[in-house]
Amino acid sequence: MFILTGTCTLFSLLVLFYILGYITVKGMGAISIQFLTNLPAPLGEKGGGIANAIVGSMKLVGAALLLAVPIGVLGAVYLAEYGNNRVGFWIRYSSDLLNGIPSIVVGIFAYSILVLPMRHFSAISGAVALAIIMIPFVLRNAEEFIRLVPRDVREGALALGIPQWKVILRVVLPSASRGILTGVVLGVSRVAGETAPLLFTAFGNRFWDDGWMNPIATLPTAIFTYAISPYPDWHEQAWAAAFVLLAVVLFGNILARTLLQSKHEGASH
Amino acid sequence: MGKLPDESLPLTIETQNLGAGYGAGEVIHNVNLKVCAERVTAIIGPSGCGKSTLIRCFNRMHEVHPAATYSGRIMLEGQNIFAMDPVYLRRRVGMVFQRPNPFPTMTIFQNISAGLTLNGERNKSKIAKAVEISLQRAALWEEVKDKLHQPAVALSGGQQQRLCIARALTVEPRTLLLDEPCSALDPIATAHIEELIVDLKKELTIVIVTHNMQQAARISDFTGFMLLGDMVEFGKTDKIFTNPDDTRTQDYITGRFG
Repeated sequence: MFILTGTCTLFSLLVLFYILGYITVKGMGAISIQFLTNLPAPLGEKGGGIANAIVGSMKLVGAALLLAVPIGVLGAVYLAEYGNNRVGFWIRYSSDLLNGIPSIVVGIFAYSILVLPMRHFSAISGAVALAIIMIPFVLRNAEEFIRLVPRDVREGALALGIPQWKVILRVVLPSASRGILTGVVLGVSRVAGETAPLLFTAFGNRFWDDGWMNPIATLPTAIFTYAISPYPDWHEQAWAAAFVLLAVVLFGNILARTLLQSKHEGASH
Repeated sequence: MGKLPDESLPLTIETQNLGAGYGAGEVIHNVNLKVCAERVTAIIGPSGCGKSTLIRCFNRMHEVHPAATYSGRIMLEGQNIFAMDPVYLRRRVGMVFQRPNPFPTMTIFQNISAGLTLNGERNKSKIAKAVEISLQRAALWEEVKDKLHQPAVALSGGQQQRLCIARALTVEPRTLLLDEPCSALDPIATAHIEELIVDLKKELTIVIVTHNMQQAARISDFTGFMLLGDMVEFGKTDKIFTNPDDTRTQDYITGRFG
């Protein structure tokens, strides 16, 4: 039994390090300052970069954050403070279902409600698709951390004659803020790598984007386009872009873990 | 039971046939209690007898529980508290809880001033003055005056509890409810709090719930004994502890049960 379970564990670790190592080896070669700061080169020319995709991903994820964090956190306040009833149960249930929906379905949804009426691909539709994926994630995570704030602390504030909304805003939310932030960072690193919902919303762009109403380049769509192309130097760039994306997502995960870690240390003294 | 212990003293809180509970279950039944102004009234009784529920009715913290129920009336200085906004009621009737509950993200200064700043007070010198006065009244000023901007959770348990008392005093309540304030503290910290209570009754009405009978005997002027949700006996502390009317009180204070 020990050998069997140990082998399986080892296997999963091997897969992780194989992916990390393979992408690093393949990707590192094409990474340079010029790759990170230049636009893609015209077809047939050497060089070129993914600066527009890096900026585009930041813009999309940023906009998704602005949409998802207020909705997710305020919804979490509702669930934690007022949601111990049938309504709360159904919100939790549907939010968990939404969390499990394949991201390509979310993409089709954003396509049909935004791209079709607007008649062209747009950055904003991509941001909405990413926000839809983020909301249930932020909501459920923030709810957990708001619930962890001890009842004593809430009651202490209420007993001072502070109105409930202010108790939530000024005492409960700050006490849960580090946990909420951890969830947001994890949510960001999750949607940063989403490709499927962007293929028919943000679409991709070989130039700097032309505002929120037009297609925009992103790291995942750039990787996708480069990877399925027939040109060897584009393949190389796809690996390099994958390496950049991997680094961003790993950094997000490590940052989230560090945040949570220092929370526990903060509580112990 | 229920008689005014001393007819000459003004009343702060008076309950009339007060019942309270959760959902279909009633925890306290038909309590008639008179709390005298600027005195210490202790509520004693075994665990689960409803003494905490009783004082949580006085500032309507009982109804923080979604299934809370009430019956009867509570008068505060002649006014029906159920006709008041609970937010304003709680500024007149402060409360200190069993376990010290400083706000974890705030400094000592922010904790003490929370009752003012979170209710919109902006005048900085007024806030600073109120913080100093509250800390002095809670006998904590000397210990923390040099570290007002450090996190409140770094204080010891006894200091945290005095911090909570100071925090409650900042909103200038005329009545202070203490729900087993020493149960999480060591004997030295307990002695500090007891001295403080005796000192505070010069200007405040104090109701303290305790399961420590010696504590009730040491610091209170009046004592009520509760059993299974009923106020069995209420009177002057020295009478309750030396010559109680009810045999159940006698049994409890002599340690035959509870």
